[in-house]
Parts: sequence; structure tokens; C-alpha cells
Amino acid sequence: MSYIHIENAGKTFKENGQEFTALLDVNLDIEKGEFICLLGPSGCGKSTLLNAIAGFDLVNKGSIKIDGKEVAAPSDRNVTIFQNYGLLPWRTVIKNVELGLEAKKIDKAKRREIAKKYLGLVKLEKFENSFPRQLSGGMKQRVAIARALAVEPDIVFMDEPFGALDAITRMKLQDDILEICKNEKKTIIFVTHDIEEAVYLADRIVIMTPNPGKVKSVITVPLHHLRDRTSGDFLLVRDKIFDLLNMKTEELIEYTI
Amino acid sequence: MKKILSFRYVVVSILILIGIWEILFLVNDYSEALFPSPFMAFKALIEMIVSGQLLESIITSMGRFVIGYGLSVIVAVILGLILGSLPGAFKYINPTLQLLRPISPTAWMPFVVLLFGIGDLPAIVIIFIAAFFPVLLSTVSAVMKIDDIYFRVSENFGIKQPQLIWKVILPAAFPGIANSIHLALGSAWIFLVAGEMVGAQSGLGYQIIDARNNVRADILLATILVIGLIGLLLDFLIGALEKKILKAWGGEQ
Repeated sequence: MSYIHIENAGKTFKENGQEFTALLDVNLDIEKGEFICLLGPSGCGKSTLLNAIAGFDLVNKGSIKIDGKEVAAPSDRNVTIFQNYGLLPWRTVIKNVELGLEAKKIDKAKRREIAKKYLGLVKLEKFENSFPRQLSGGMKQRVAIARALAVEPDIVFMDEPFGALDAITRMKLQDDILEICKNEKKTIIFVTHDIEEAVYLADRIVIMTPNPGKVKSVITVPLHHLRDRTSGDFLLVRDKIFDLLNMKTEELIEYTI
Repeated sequence: MKKILSFRYVVVSILILIGIWEILFLVNDYSEALFPSPFMAFKALIEMIVSGQLLESIITSMGRFVIGYGLSVIVAVILGLILGSLPGAFKYINPTLQLLRPISPTAWMPFVVLLFGIGDLPAIVIIFIAAFFPVLLSTVSAVMKIDDIYFRVSENFGIKQPQLIWKVILPAAFPGIANSIHLALGSAWIFLVAGEMVGAQSGLGYQIIDARNNVRADILLATILVIGLIGLLLDFLIGALEKKILKAWGGEQ
């Protein structure tokens, strides 16, 4: 069985007496070390699926297993990175990175050492004593990445982590995250609604559609890291996704002589 | 704060107050014993300072204030953190709180005196009540308003109770709590005087009653001024402390 095994997973909410299906019959297998993007428009259940695998909001149909064990609660083996960072504003950058280590009862000197190492990895060692409010959005997200990696998780979940950032910062962080992945060898599940981002990052892209949220198809990106955003192959994959999401308009070409 | 209390504004503002007082003194028909001039009140103030009576009253009142207000804040914040973390339980307690909250602390006074007699305790109890409800309710609402993301992050990293309260809930709710602690200080100080007027034989509040009984309006007014001054000073101190702590907290202000 694969590392993450999702079988007939579904989730329904009851709101004002009406049943609402957020996720329907998802089947997906993810191998260790894969970079998976969950891609789709809002309401397609991609965040619901991520939260279910991460253990925050469990599915109420089917099953999700990680390493053969049913997901029942969040664990520090699988850390989530949120769009709005989730940094504690009253803690300095380094104390934020140490947060996960404190619960693991690692002693103070060792905590500091590990936190410094991971702040170095995201190139923020100069800001260890700053407060989050003094940092830009991109820097905050890098602190969150350092904090997640510091507890040495097996899986990193990312819920539209770069959604609040400007386009240029986003591209830089995409490069950073690819490089970190290459060195740290984590399994990454990454939620996004940005097609280009998905093509740039993922080994496989899970394309989801709304009403009800379900997996439309899974495509393997036949490109190697690092990718060229302007290459023909890149555009070809992007084009395929546009097609799957029915976003291509049928153009009537008129010829006049 | 620095700007509001800048020296020039303070001097002019107080001069205006003394000026109005002096004019009222000159135009009214009351006897000097009943409506003294600012200068007479000032002389009474010096008299009280020299005799040591004022210092003694201030120390007595401050002692009661620190105990009543301090205990109230500690109990209210701890209770607020617990109730805020247990919204289910809070639903059962909130109606009672809402019933007790609008009751003026002075209304409890006769009851408190009946139970504890005259002395330190009635004043302490009344200060406690005055600060308790605003701090408790603000703490509960501050805890309930904490962004869910902090709880998700804590859950993810395996931070559980009781660490969660100290590491996440208290600091996340702190700006709201600090603000209510600051506001409650003002009302606690107001009710200290009320408490001492009814339930004590010493302190600044009692000194006012004592001055009335001896028909010493000059001492009475001088005492009122001292109460105002101490209130202003306390407010300034806690305001500065609040700012300092918020800064250390790295708050989003």
C-alpha cells in the first residue's frame, strides 16, 4: 500500500438542516517524497481534503491512511503551513521557530541550535530577534516554513501558502520551497488555485472541481526541477489543465481575404 | 500620554480650575467655613501633610486598593481564561454574570458591612466587585475572539493544556485583557472612596466624612483634590505599564 492511501473519502456538512457535500468519493495514493498539488477553483474541496489528511477536520465517509494508520488527529509528524502564516505575534522569530520543539521537550540550548539552523535554511538568520509584525509577508511565510521543518516532519501540508503574496515574492518562494524539498526530501501536499504554481512545483497535480468537490483527474507533470516557466513543455502541461478545467474558449477564427 | 500631560497644558488647565473656583468663592453667599477658597484648601492640605494625617490616610487607602484591585484582576483573569476556553460552561454562567454586573458595587455595601463589620474588608470587597465584572467579561470575550489559527498551530505541534493557556491563550488575549485592566483601575479607584465613606474608620474616603462631621470644608476639598491626583497618577502608571508590556508582547498595535 502506498504511503498516503485515500479510499472513497467523502465529507458532508449539515447547514440549516440541509446536507452539503464538500467532498465526494476521493481516491488517491501518494508516495513518500512526492510533491502533490491539489488544484481547483474555490469550493472544490481542496482545502477540505488537505484538512482531512492533516487531521484537523476528519472525513465522515471512506478512509484516509498515512503509513497504514487511519488519520484521527493532527500530529507533529505532519505539519501544516497556512496562508496567513499562523505565527504568534508576541514571540520573536526564533521563539516562533522553537514553538514546535518546546512541546517535544527538547532542552533550551538544543532548541536554539535547531531553530538557528532552520532560520539559516530560509535565509532569515539576521532576523531571529525581530517580531513577525516587522517582517514582510514573504519573510513571515519563510519563518512559518522554518518552524514547520524544525520539528522534522514527514509530510508538510501547505494551504495556499503563497496566496497572500505578490507575484514576484511568490515566485521566489516557489524556488525556495523546491530547493528545500530537494534537500530535505519531504512529502509535500500543496493546495493552490494557481495553475502555473501547480505546474511549476508539483510531481503530480490533482485537479478538483466543485459542486460537489471531487477529483476530476490526476496528471503527472513530466518535467524536471528546476523548471522553466516559459518553455514549451511547461506551457503544454498548463494548457492541458486549462482544458481539464473547461477554461478554454472555442475560438472562431475568421479568415478574410 | 506625554503630549496630553505636557507641562504647559497641565499648568493652564489647573489654573483655569482654580480661577473658576476662586470666582465662585468670590460671588457666592455661603460662609467661608462652608465654601472655602482655593488658598484655604491649600492651607488645609499643608496642615494635613505636616500633621502626617494625609500620608496615613493615603497609605491606608492604597493598601486596601492594591489588595482589592490586585485580587480582583488576578481572579477575574484566571476565571476568564478558563471560562473563555469552555464556551459550553460559560453559557450557563453568563446569565448570572449579566444579572450581577449592572448592580452598583455600593449597593452591596450595607450587606458587606452587616457580614464583616466596619474596617478594611468592606472597602476591599467593594473594590473587588468594581473591577471584577469588567475584567472577567473582557477576558472571556478576548479569549473567545482568539483567531482559530493559533489553536490549529498549537494542536499541530502537540501543545496541550495547561501549556496552551500560558503559551497561547493568555498572550493572544492579552491586548484585550490589558485594556480592561486599565479601564477597571479607574472605576475601582472611584469605588474605593465610596467604600471607605460607608464601611471604614480610616482612609481618604473616611477623611471626607470626618471633615464633614467637623465642618471642615477646606479639608474636605483638599482631600477630594488628593483623590483626583492619585487617580490620575495611577492611570498614568498603568497606562505606561500597559504600553510597555504590549510592546514586549510584540502586539500588532
